[in-house]
Amino acid sequence: MNRIDKRFKELRRKKKKAFIVYVTAGDPNAKATERIILELDRCGVDILELGIPFSDPIADGPTIQAASQRSLSNNINIGKILGLVGRVRRATDIPIALMTYYNPVYIYGIKDFVKDAKDAGVDGIIVPDLPPEEAEELISYSRRANFKNIFLLSPTSSRERIKFITKKSSGFIYYVSLTGVTGARESLPKDIANNVKMIKRMTDKPVCVGFGVSTPKQARSIARIADGVIVGSAVIKVIEKNLKKRDIHKKVARFITSLIRPVKGI
Amino acid sequence: MLPDKRGHFNGFGGKYVPETLMVALDELEREYKRARKDKRFKDKLDYYLRQYAGRPTPLYYAENLTKKLGGARIYLKREDLLLSGAHKINNTLGQVLLAKRMKKTRIIAETGAGQHGVATATAAAMFGLSCDVYMGDEDIKRQSLNVFRMKLLGAKVIPVHSGSKTLKDAINETLRDWVTNVRDTHYVLGSVVGPHPYPMIVRDFQSVIGKEAKRQLMRKEGRLPDYLVACVGGGSNSIGLFHPFFKEKKVRFIGVEAAGEGLRTDKHAAAIMGGKVGVLHGSKSFVLQNSDGQIDIAHSVSAGLDYPGVGPEHSYYSRIKRASYVGADDRQALKGFKMLSEVEGIIPALEPAHAIAYLTKLAPRLKKEKIIIVCLSGRGDKDIDIVKDALKL
Repeated sequence: MNRIDKRFKELRRKKKKAFIVYVTAGDPNAKATERIILELDRCGVDILELGIPFSDPIADGPTIQAASQRSLSNNINIGKILGLVGRVRRATDIPIALMTYYNPVYIYGIKDFVKDAKDAGVDGIIVPDLPPEEAEELISYSRRANFKNIFLLSPTSSRERIKFITKKSSGFIYYVSLTGVTGARESLPKDIANNVKMIKRMTDKPVCVGFGVSTPKQARSIARIADGVIVGSAVIKVIEKNLKKRDIHKKVARFITSLIRPVKGI
Repeated sequence: MLPDKRGHFNGFGGKYVPETLMVALDELEREYKRARKDKRFKDKLDYYLRQYAGRPTPLYYAENLTKKLGGARIYLKREDLLLSGAHKINNTLGQVLLAKRMKKTRIIAETGAGQHGVATATAAAMFGLSCDVYMGDEDIKRQSLNVFRMKLLGAKVIPVHSGSKTLKDAINETLRDWVTNVRDTHYVLGSVVGPHPYPMIVRDFQSVIGKEAKRQLMRKEGRLPDYLVACVGGGSNSIGLFHPFFKEKKVRFIGVEAAGEGLRTDKHAAAIMGGKVGVLHGSKSFVLQNSDGQIDIAHSVSAGLDYPGVGPEHSYYSRIKRASYVGADDRQALKGFKMLSEVEGIIPALEPAHAIAYLTKLAPRLKKEKIIIVCLSGRGDKDIDIVKDALKL
């Protein structure tokens, strides 16, 4: 069974919600990313979203843009990131989904990408600029390899699109909480609860909510309505503040612990 | 007729955008298809193109230039004479009228050379919509006249500090704004790039260039041209000229890309000649990029051509060999700029100066009966500072 499916099955049995964390691979360097991943696992993070940086991240706000730039300045690429995943796989079973834009994957070659990622121990992929309409090739290679394609829904998605995307998405469904780019927000839109409810009426697949989540209070309120909470930019901000620190993974862990409690306490 | 229903030109194009924008793109496509059939919409656009923007533009026989180059007869399609100084107004009037139909209250746009920004600000002023224009820092510096014009027209110019600080990054930032404010905002994209339906809509609005030129040449010469020549950055003026001649198999299309400091260097903007197929800004097309799929920074003396991608329809024309693509470098473009100014008394923008530069290669080797139409897509006032420095005037 795919690690993502397995994790959601366990969580459902325990009636717990998933806590999902995004970090950009290679920010501030590959070694630090490895240490951070292992630390996230120790903290009880359920799923890791590992970002492959792209030069033109149109769905990202300033925080992840800067992380991407830092990572790219280390000449990171898909090959090196898969090597990194292979190394952490020896020590952890945390489900890993790569998150990136379509061009790096397209240039790597979709067939090779799915095969190499799967071999390295990756469980799925999220591509914010690839709607299912353009993803036929990726979907067909992924299905054969039991590699998950997590598609996104947004507050502007119509009923027809919700139906279509929940059908195409595997692993879970990524609900984008707001109209906008990634980045911590002080407040989140009020329509999240209703929209998530509507999506959940149309699918049995787990629905997780990301974009903008940065405080324990926000994490708690989302955990009440969704199957999982996704935090990205807020974690990157902690990394950004501790770029030169040797114990950067410990700083990340401290922040994660503050968010994970309210999610797991429900 | 391409693009197909999903916005593909034989594998190029498509819709590679965040989910939040999918509904907006569907809405835009629906409204555009409705407007296209609506006589009142067409009449209104036609009225403003004629009475306000100055269409039809002359198809001018450049007798002096023809004599100087000593070959084919050269006609210039004078888009430089339009309101706001370039062909961009053909598209912005159309799109702003569409935005009004969709009851959007705010307009956003990207701009490189500032011509599309000025044309958007113009149309927004005319129809009373608020207008924000994203422009790279680098371009704000080199096209300061247009920045001032946009401000005069009541638009806000928002500087973009990320990446190469040019057109590519301005588009990134405009897309980010659109994702955020999609409910009340229409993105007036300025070239035949981006996700479907933009390459189709911008092409259709710009096709007025080729349709007019065809009619005008028929009247003057009683026949079709042999060559169409236009510069290609994103490729809107060239598609506008080429597209109405697509089925006229004997008419050859030549797109002139910006070769910057040379195609063998890494400082150019020739996506078709020097790029690989990839996905940038929502569509699949030729893109300048490295072996990891990271987008390269383009270079051209002309801010309007300084873009690492190109419209998907051009990639399609290139693949099926309907058009050929050539390069003119910075130096040649500056020479073309000077030549047209001196010989015809027309100061071209640096973008079409690339097309003029290529004429010096093409025209002399053709017989005197042959006819070339060149799209003179804009006028050169905005470029005087760059040219002054480069030519040490």
